[in-house]
Amino acid sequence: MTTTTNAVLVPLLPFLGAVAGLLLGRTAPGFVRPLAVLPTLASLVLAVLVAAGQGGGPALDAATQLTPTGSVPVDLALHIDGTAALVAVLVGVVATCVQIYSTGYLRDDPRYPSYAALVSLFTSAMLLVVYTGDLIVLLVGWEVMGICSYFLVGHYWETPQARAASLKAFLVTKLGDVPFLIGLFVLAGDAGSFRITTVLGTVAGGGLHHPTLAALLLLAGVAGKSAQFPLHSWLPDAMAGPTPVSALIHAATMVAAGVYVVARLLPVYQASAAAMTVLAVMAAVTMASAALAALAQDDIKRVLAYSTISQLGYMTGALAAGDRGAAVFHLLSHGAFKALLFLAAGVVIHAAGTNSLAAMSRTGNLRDRVPDAYWTMTVALLALAAIPPFSGFFSKETVLAAAEHAAMGHTVHVPAAAGWTVLVAGLVTALLTGAYALRLWLLAFHGRGADAPGHGRQPVAMNAVLWVLAVPSLAFGGLTYRLLPDWLGGDSLAPALTTSVLGTGLALAGGVLTYGAWRHTTARAARTPLGAVAAHPQADAGLVEAEAVAGHEPAYGDIASAPDPADPGRLLLGPLHRHAAAGFHLDALYRAAFVRPVTAGASLVRFLDREVVETYVRGAGALPRLLGAAVRRAQTGNVQTYVSALLAGTVVLAVAAVLVATGA
Amino acid sequence: MHLAYPAVLSALLFCTGLYGVLARRNAILVLMSVELMLNAVNLNLVAFDVYLSKAARDTLHSGQALTLFTIAIAAAEIGIGLAIVLAVYRNRGTSAIDRLRDAAEGHGDDSDDSAGSDSTVPGAEKAEATA
Amino acid sequence: MTPSHAAVSAAAAAEHGFLSPTGVEITFLLIGLVTFGAALVSVTTRQLVHAALWLVVALGGLAVEYLLLTAEFIAWMQVLIYVGSVVVLLLFGLMLTKAPIGRSPDADSGNRWAALLVAVAAAAALVWVVVDAFRTTWIDLDGPAAGSTRVTGAGLFQNWVLPFEALSVLLLAALVGAIVLSRRAKAADAAQQARAGGAAQQARAARDGQRPAEEGKH
Repeated sequence: MTTTTNAVLVPLLPFLGAVAGLLLGRTAPGFVRPLAVLPTLASLVLAVLVAAGQGGGPALDAATQLTPTGSVPVDLALHIDGTAALVAVLVGVVATCVQIYSTGYLRDDPRYPSYAALVSLFTSAMLLVVYTGDLIVLLVGWEVMGICSYFLVGHYWETPQARAASLKAFLVTKLGDVPFLIGLFVLAGDAGSFRITTVLGTVAGGGLHHPTLAALLLLAGVAGKSAQFPLHSWLPDAMAGPTPVSALIHAATMVAAGVYVVARLLPVYQASAAAMTVLAVMAAVTMASAALAALAQDDIKRVLAYSTISQLGYMTGALAAGDRGAAVFHLLSHGAFKALLFLAAGVVIHAAGTNSLAAMSRTGNLRDRVPDAYWTMTVALLALAAIPPFSGFFSKETVLAAAEHAAMGHTVHVPAAAGWTVLVAGLVTALLTGAYALRLWLLAFHGRGADAPGHGRQPVAMNAVLWVLAVPSLAFGGLTYRLLPDWLGGDSLAPALTTSVLGTGLALAGGVLTYGAWRHTTARAARTPLGAVAAHPQADAGLVEAEAVAGHEPAYGDIASAPDPADPGRLLLGPLHRHAAAGFHLDALYRAAFVRPVTAGASLVRFLDREVVETYVRGAGALPRLLGAAVRRAQTGNVQTYVSALLAGTVVLAVAAVLVATGA
Repeated sequence: MHLAYPAVLSALLFCTGLYGVLARRNAILVLMSVELMLNAVNLNLVAFDVYLSKAARDTLHSGQALTLFTIAIAAAEIGIGLAIVLAVYRNRGTSAIDRLRDAAEGHGDDSDDSAGSDSTVPGAEKAEATA
Repeated sequence: MTPSHAAVSAAAAAEHGFLSPTGVEITFLLIGLVTFGAALVSVTTRQLVHAALWLVVALGGLAVEYLLLTAEFIAWMQVLIYVGSVVVLLLFGLMLTKAPIGRSPDADSGNRWAALLVAVAAAAALVWVVVDAFRTTWIDLDGPAAGSTRVTGAGLFQNWVLPFEALSVLLLAALVGAIVLSRRAKAADAAQQARAGGAAQQARAARDGQRPAEEGKH
């Protein structure tokens, strides 16, 4: 089979798996698990084959046109360069791991067939986005991912949090998608084609008339999808979905799709200094604020969600610094270790029966209950904090190095201010990342108190996957930073000394600060008993998590934070803690700025409809009724009245006839 | 003689009959008023017949013939009418035509109407029965 | 009206003014007034039997008017049929329907004022039109009587035989119809009627029982 055939099969197989899973889900439950895992696994193998066939060489292009679509043709096009091949491999790996993990995680879930089918469909859509060479086909995959995300976030739709979160995720991402679509049209209008190669050729030839407009419109969609400021507020709430979904969609792949699209269309951004500056500011605000918020969250998954937002900020920062190699490098390594973090967190939540770090910090012995999760999570947190020699160190270093390069003015198309913005924010975020990573680790695994309730080992499917993902988290960066520049078509990805020392030092400093704070506060933990566990700790992991998510708000008063004086984050952030826990009140701002006016407008429309429009409608009925009542009164049944009226009319007619006849 | 005299008298008699038909309550009085109207027409017919037989040498005497027919038909009408009135009186116990309101809208199912007629009819019937 | 007739009329009008009272006219006017007055009393009196009697006066007055118009056969027909039979029939009807003797306060229905309005309007319109049209038309009453029995009979049996015979059939039908309508129901029908009457009584009793409840509701 040629590489092109393989590449076509890569998105197709999960799609067929999803269709088959949906069709057979009820009638043949025995086939559901193989239908979920095997197509994804096969597609991973094919993605690896495609990557091997592409081999980091020149981009592979293939296109076919199904039907003429008017002046701007829409092609079913493939465009596979090294970036696409590698990202596809990452998607395949994470999707396969998540599918295997889900067989254990949602073991007893009655809605597992539709869940698995939606994950497969999502995988297919993501692979389509990665491989496609046409912007409209990309948009199709983009929107399919959005709808899958909506369904999967709302998997536990019995809980109000999940319902609200799925709606919010859908609406906020759609808010970005509308400008994204218009941006695509602007691009295609200038380039005369939706093909990415043609668009980039037009950009290179200077034929793009509205680069700033197109770039900023596209950026709105990217911000919505990749959870960048100010459209990031949906991602922490999306943690109400099952953990494997968070790992796949809201950490490793879909949220990376925005970064991937910007990386693909980076020349469009580079054509506009304004767009690059906006991108840099957006990245800086996102990474720093999200890292601060991560430090204040109590829900372990919300910590990871804000961490994801922050790391995505790094990627957009790298793009703002003009280095798409660094961005994709960080995307790849982050996809591996963040997926691992989420999956391990799922195991921890299951074992602890709660998603609250405050409750975990009062639970002793948790690391002995879940040793696999403990060790793999340690590896992944080290990678997150960018401690050498874990993979996160290398990828984050390249980002910082690219920012430094741009700040020094060595990068064409990139304003130095953008470079400085990204660099400073990146270094601050490195400090915060070290802090919140260590806080998470300490609170989750080094609690003191009653032992965690033991209910046997976690399923093998879940633990094995953790170790599979631990390998790239540990070694991906170190092993590949020499090879990847060929694939990603960029500059060297080797760590530079200045930024390495600065970044690692800041991360360590953050760790030390957190450790000190923790030593200081942990004594208080015993004095304030706190915590609630799920109602059914023996049930499968999915149910435990759903109950934990639903129980967090009633137990601790807030979905994001807990009133825990033993939290080192509270000590570190001081008065900032309250605002950071609430995501800097962005949701409240949106509520005041958009939700309230819309609700008020809706009630106004409702009032107008009920009271004004309906009055006319009712009047249209009441007037004939009144007339009917009036006329009915004339129907007395008295013949004399009728004859009187008849004769009166006759007289009037006769007089009129006479008057007319005499011409009077 | 001026033709206007019988014509005007005829018109006035006709309108008197008309008033009677519209205003009288007893059905027999209404029939009387109808007779008055018919006679007014008869007077008109006769007057014009006399006028035309002289003025236009009319030998057909259609006016007088029609008057005779009218008289005959009026006799038939009064017989049938009285028979109907008697039948109604036997069935309903009254010959007041404004009580015969079966054609009224909502007759029988309108509670207000039926209550109202119920409250008036028996008393009237009793009055007629005692008289 | 042909031009020659118009010329005759015009000549008559020229001969006789609008108010040129001859003896016949004065008599006609007086009798007409009596007739009209009797008719008015007949339709307004509160005594039902008196109404029938005043109707006799009105119809008799009309018979005299016929005589004045030289229509003697019609006049005697009027006396025979109307005064002789129709009024008698009406009186019988009044008696059979147990019409009250003496003043009955409800002889006129509530429609009286509307009836008055319609009647006055109709009278005004008719009188106006008739006077306007026949102000000057003159009936020549001299010469042979226009409505003597011979003339009328000749006209009737020369020109109006078929309608006359048809009218006799009509009278027969009316006779039979009147008999059928006014005949008492048979024994079976009477029993049925009695049952129906009983049911009606029961229904009325039920409604009477219902009424206090309804009044309570209101």
